[in-house]
Amino acid sequence: MKSLRGSNLIVFLLLCIGSVLILLPLWWMISTSLKPMAEILQFPPTFFPDDWQFSNYIKTWQAAPFTLYLVNTLFITLLVVIGNVLVNAFVAYGFAKIQFPGRNVWFIILLATMMIPGFVTLVPQYILFSRLGWLNTYLPLIVPAFFGSAFFIFLLRQFYLRIPNELIEAARMDGASHFYIWWHIMLPLSKPILATVAIFSFNGAWNDFLGPLLYLNDETKYTLQLGLQVFKSEANTQWNLLMAGSLIVLLPVIILFFIFQKYFIEGMDLSSGGKG
Amino acid sequence: MKHPLRRADTWQGYLFIMPWLLGFAVLTAGPMLFSLFASFTDYDMTSRMNFVGISNYLTMFTKDDLFWVSLYNTFFFVIWSVPLTTIGAMILALLLNKGIPGQRLFRTIFYLPAVLSGVGVYLLWMQMLSPSSGLINTMLGFIGIDGPAWLADPEWTKPALILMKMWSVGGSMLFYLASLQSVPKTLYEVGALEGANWWHRFRYITFPLITPVVFFDLITSTIGAFQIFSEAYVMSEGGNGGPVNSLLFYNLRIWNQAFEVYNMGYAMSMTWFLFVIVLLLTLFNFKFAKKWVYYEGDRR
Repeated sequence: MKSLRGSNLIVFLLLCIGSVLILLPLWWMISTSLKPMAEILQFPPTFFPDDWQFSNYIKTWQAAPFTLYLVNTLFITLLVVIGNVLVNAFVAYGFAKIQFPGRNVWFIILLATMMIPGFVTLVPQYILFSRLGWLNTYLPLIVPAFFGSAFFIFLLRQFYLRIPNELIEAARMDGASHFYIWWHIMLPLSKPILATVAIFSFNGAWNDFLGPLLYLNDETKYTLQLGLQVFKSEANTQWNLLMAGSLIVLLPVIILFFIFQKYFIEGMDLSSGGKG
Repeated sequence: MKHPLRRADTWQGYLFIMPWLLGFAVLTAGPMLFSLFASFTDYDMTSRMNFVGISNYLTMFTKDDLFWVSLYNTFFFVIWSVPLTTIGAMILALLLNKGIPGQRLFRTIFYLPAVLSGVGVYLLWMQMLSPSSGLINTMLGFIGIDGPAWLADPEWTKPALILMKMWSVGGSMLFYLASLQSVPKTLYEVGALEGANWWHRFRYITFPLITPVVFFDLITSTIGAFQIFSEAYVMSEGGNGGPVNSLLFYNLRIWNQAFEVYNMGYAMSMTWFLFVIVLLLTLFNFKFAKKWVYYEGDRR
């Protein structure tokens, strides 16, 4: 057991204060979501609700078609996750384990694309998708996930580089194709990093506001993020309902974070090149 | 027989990277070439595209006041948020790396806000920043400070967003922590023998060894900060730019030009100017990196 003396005690106390500051906004969201409006406006504000109104959640869920938004969001998110996991793992294998002319040049180009500001491609992509008749459909949100993402390819490649080449060489000697090796050897070995990619891309798709805002016009097609934005103007300053809505939308991510924390952190370690 | 992995499998290699190659051509390179070309036209998606030379760029630099406002706002945000989050993340990581009991729990708590984003978070901060009933001004009130009107006061809108960014500093903290944990302990023992104090230890042992991560963090967070959009869009009531356009960031200006008035040619000239700024900054960073970033194994 580590001891707490002198300077370490001060550090410990600083970290405690920091943690309280970090968690306070989240508690404030929960607490506000449970108060009646009168209590929110009273001064000084109460830290714990005097009058716990769980009905705020039911009111919120019924005030806007959140069930529909949830179904839409799940549909998009699921397809984005499938696309990201399969395609990026496939491409990363090519970059990590197959020798071919031009490989390093293409990999450098891939890394360079991560530095392009999103709006540089967003505007012409919008024109492209509108020409294809894809506006007000989910296609612009889903299809790009099946063409690989530079960050995930980089992450998976870093992981694949750690897997010994002898394994693949042996399989090649036995006449296995690269596709066979990828599917039967690499994918099973890379479950942890695939989980990381799945979680990061779930998070990305679930939290995406810009894409749906640009491409979806029809309210029946809205996602939770867009729905919440619309609900914000409808509920005006009814902060209890707005906080209930926000918490509902954030909750799946918070739960996933606590269950799969290890994979979140694994991804960060790999992309920083730490350990290795 | 040649070693299987050293033999070139050209067609199989290209087959594997094909999805990304296609995506690169159709979703990145193609659109960028089109947009470079269209930035010299008056393209508006409906009428015929006319070549207008450099007039979009001229308008941008000489006639469009809101372009300069948005550029100023964006630089203000970058210049404050990047150093603050970088230093904040580094300090947190240094504290966490001290071998404190509960290190894992602290790490979890600090990291949590970094995975939360989207409209839910913006609404939470709008409530916390609310001048009368918000948490922040209430807490400031407890210590006798009369808090500003935050999102309603043009002087305080950008600081409010920077404050919100600071909340999720735990993401880059993890990068620093991973890197700190790989600093060999023996170096500190040598340092202790030499009588180094904590500042010397940081300045001459820790910092040089984590410079690659500092460099990486600086580049990614600068590029990220230039692209601030969703926060400002939601928190300025549908992208109107907030009080006195104080939240009209560069991307918001592009958005309004491209998707509100379909001034596509002009919007694309703005995106290309942003690209040039980011590219120059990144190249400058890489050039300057040789002076301070330390890579193990290249002692020159």
